[in-house]
Amino acid sequence: MSGGIESVDDFRLRARAWIKANLGPIQPFDASQNCENDEIEREAVARDRALQRQIWDGGFAGICFPPEYGGLGLTPAHQRAFNEELAGHEFPSRFTVPTFSPCAAVLLEFGTPEQKAAHIPAILKGDEFWVQMLSEPGGGSDVAGATTSAVRDGDDWIINGSKVWTSRAWWADWGLCLARTNWDVPKHQGLTVFALPLHQPGIEIHRIERLSGETEACQEFFTDVRVPDSDRLGPVDGGWTVGSRWMYFERIGHNSPYVTRPVGLTNPEAEGPSAISIARRAGRLDDPVARDLIGEDRTLEIATHALQNRIAQAAASGRGNVDGSAVDRLFRGIARVRRATIEYEIAGPQAAAWTEEEDHASGSTGMRYLMRQVSCIGGGTTEIARNVIAERVLGMPRELSGDKGVPFRDVPRGPKRA
Amino acid sequence: MLHVLESDQEMLRDTTARFLDDKVPLSRLRKDRDDPAGFAPEYWTNGAELGWTSLLVSEEDDGGSVSGRGAVDLSLIAYEFGRHAAPGPLVDCNVVAAALAGRSGDAQSTVLAGLLDGSLIAACCLGTAPWQCRGEQTITIARDGDDLVIDGAVRPVEAGAQAAWLLVSGHGGTGPTQALVPVDASGLTIMPLRTLDVTRRYAAVTFDKVRVPARHLVGDFGGAADAIARQVDNAAVILAAESVGAMDAAFAMTLDYAFDRYTFGRALASYQALKHRFADLKSWLEASHAIADAAAEAVADSSPLASETASAARAYIGQYGTELVQDCVQLHGGIGVTYEHDLHFFLRRVALDAVLHGTVTDHRRLLAAARIGQEKAA
Repeated sequence: MSGGIESVDDFRLRARAWIKANLGPIQPFDASQNCENDEIEREAVARDRALQRQIWDGGFAGICFPPEYGGLGLTPAHQRAFNEELAGHEFPSRFTVPTFSPCAAVLLEFGTPEQKAAHIPAILKGDEFWVQMLSEPGGGSDVAGATTSAVRDGDDWIINGSKVWTSRAWWADWGLCLARTNWDVPKHQGLTVFALPLHQPGIEIHRIERLSGETEACQEFFTDVRVPDSDRLGPVDGGWTVGSRWMYFERIGHNSPYVTRPVGLTNPEAEGPSAISIARRAGRLDDPVARDLIGEDRTLEIATHALQNRIAQAAASGRGNVDGSAVDRLFRGIARVRRATIEYEIAGPQAAAWTEEEDHASGSTGMRYLMRQVSCIGGGTTEIARNVIAERVLGMPRELSGDKGVPFRDVPRGPKRA
Repeated sequence: MLHVLESDQEMLRDTTARFLDDKVPLSRLRKDRDDPAGFAPEYWTNGAELGWTSLLVSEEDDGGSVSGRGAVDLSLIAYEFGRHAAPGPLVDCNVVAAALAGRSGDAQSTVLAGLLDGSLIAACCLGTAPWQCRGEQTITIARDGDDLVIDGAVRPVEAGAQAAWLLVSGHGGTGPTQALVPVDASGLTIMPLRTLDVTRRYAAVTFDKVRVPARHLVGDFGGAADAIARQVDNAAVILAAESVGAMDAAFAMTLDYAFDRYTFGRALASYQALKHRFADLKSWLEASHAIADAAAEAVADSSPLASETASAARAYIGQYGTELVQDCVQLHGGIGVTYEHDLHFFLRRVALDAVLHGTVTDHRRLLAAARIGQEKAA
């Protein structure tokens, strides 16, 4: 490398030595962000802040962030090397997504120098957790149809409305919020992005309990929340440009160059017991029906990996359509749904009712089955992915929409009542 | 098929594609519907000159790949076979050639040389297979002095009635055993079968105390389990790639149809119900490409996951390849089930490919056994 940047190999050796000397082995609450109760979660959050501070003090925070905002100004290859060296070690998992990416990534791309100076070092030191406030109760897939409003008042904006499905907003510090600032233009042209502290008068944060009993997601209610214009991100009514990049970084998730995360990390909770261990527990290892299901499960696992590689290679070689990731999204959603069903079928009744000791082995299989549609809903539904594939990959005509070229004020938002 | 090919691979694929366009257009295949062999002898020898039967055989044995990864190169030929619904025993000739490469013996080298130059055809009689349990084998091979005695039956055998030699796999008492059998051996009956396919031919092969000298053994008596597993992997790579070619052809013609066909004043492609169906088909198609390529690469590299990836490719494509082409028929409506339309060539191709050298269920059984084996070893 020219320009005096440390070589990746040298950086790797330095990172390896520092990690070995300073970081312990990976902890259960690094692999899964779900904690048994709020008290343990608060401890995990405090520990993640301290751990991020330790990485900052050690000179390894913000590997791809610019030096003027506290980063190291190195390349994705350096980040990758650090992530490889980090394998098997503890790390501040709660900063990865959404704080580093998409939130910090969006701040870097659209923030003013003052905004970046105020937040990027604070994030890298472990002082600020960020969340993304995008979805609304009235619109899941139609992000640009946001109705949370921001009205100008002198040097401030007044925000009213509600955002939903915000992960872990109850203990986070700041949020990015997509709001409507102009109702007299078509929907994409009247949006603006703001940064705001989550814990302030006028913001009520409710926890959403999922059917599994888990409560990480939140809904925020804004009542006359005052935001200074200096916390606006990007131009007034230019929010869709910001939002598009925001959603790009959301899609690439942990693969963003801004994310520090050990490679090869698997989430035992998300993956659950293997089809084989479920069959053994059910005494069905020699049952031909169970074996057929185990074979189908393995087939889908291998196909999922193969497709992911194919789409990544297509993107890298420039041969792939940029919307090819929608094919991966659709396939993964459908395959996960099928695999959750297969596991429930192999387990039989013991996944429906179990003892406390069997919570992980049996209960989780049943719960994964009940929650299986999440893999076709979260992060953009499979229905939207099908639209993207049909229209942008296969070139089929777009769906008729009721909001194209229409001032957002006039867009129907419910049935017409007589 | 892989997104990025080396230039030699691209040339190999393109040469075969142009040859098949020229020699076996669908109009020709329609005419050859009742031809006993389904293709002219020079078609096969010309194809052998293009490398169709030599890619899995090393250069020391007079074969040779273009990229050093023979299974990947062969998957490109197989893909074009599928895309053209081309005739010819591509699977069996390659599987037998790879099985004979590096083996000593007159019969072994004669058959291999004939396969490489396309002058003879050999067929697999898989009377014992890795997915079978005790008692499910359909062929037994016994030792009697310097002879082997073969009993049992296998069907369907591709090009059984066109083959000069058979590579027979049977239960040898102590374990799976393989031997070469000439088709004029006494006690051997080869009966052509009727078939769903119009471009390929199948036969039922019956062995009634067929005797061949023990020097016709391929590998050790009772010790052919690993060799047969490799042969199943090779067949899987070819069949998977071939099915993907057929799926691509069927999908492309159905996509065109969706734009051209108007109903209620709109193109089919404008209906969301159909757009979503096409999106699903596209995801199956891309996954099939991905897993067929992964299998070819894993087998070419002798990866520890080669057999699992190959079986997963067969299990996935066996299920979704046929579903995809059947859905293409549905999207065409009535015209899709006529002989006049081209679609049926590809439907036949995937329907046959899904049940040769192991069915979806057989390959799932193999995958489950591999998983259980891995757990025990861990």
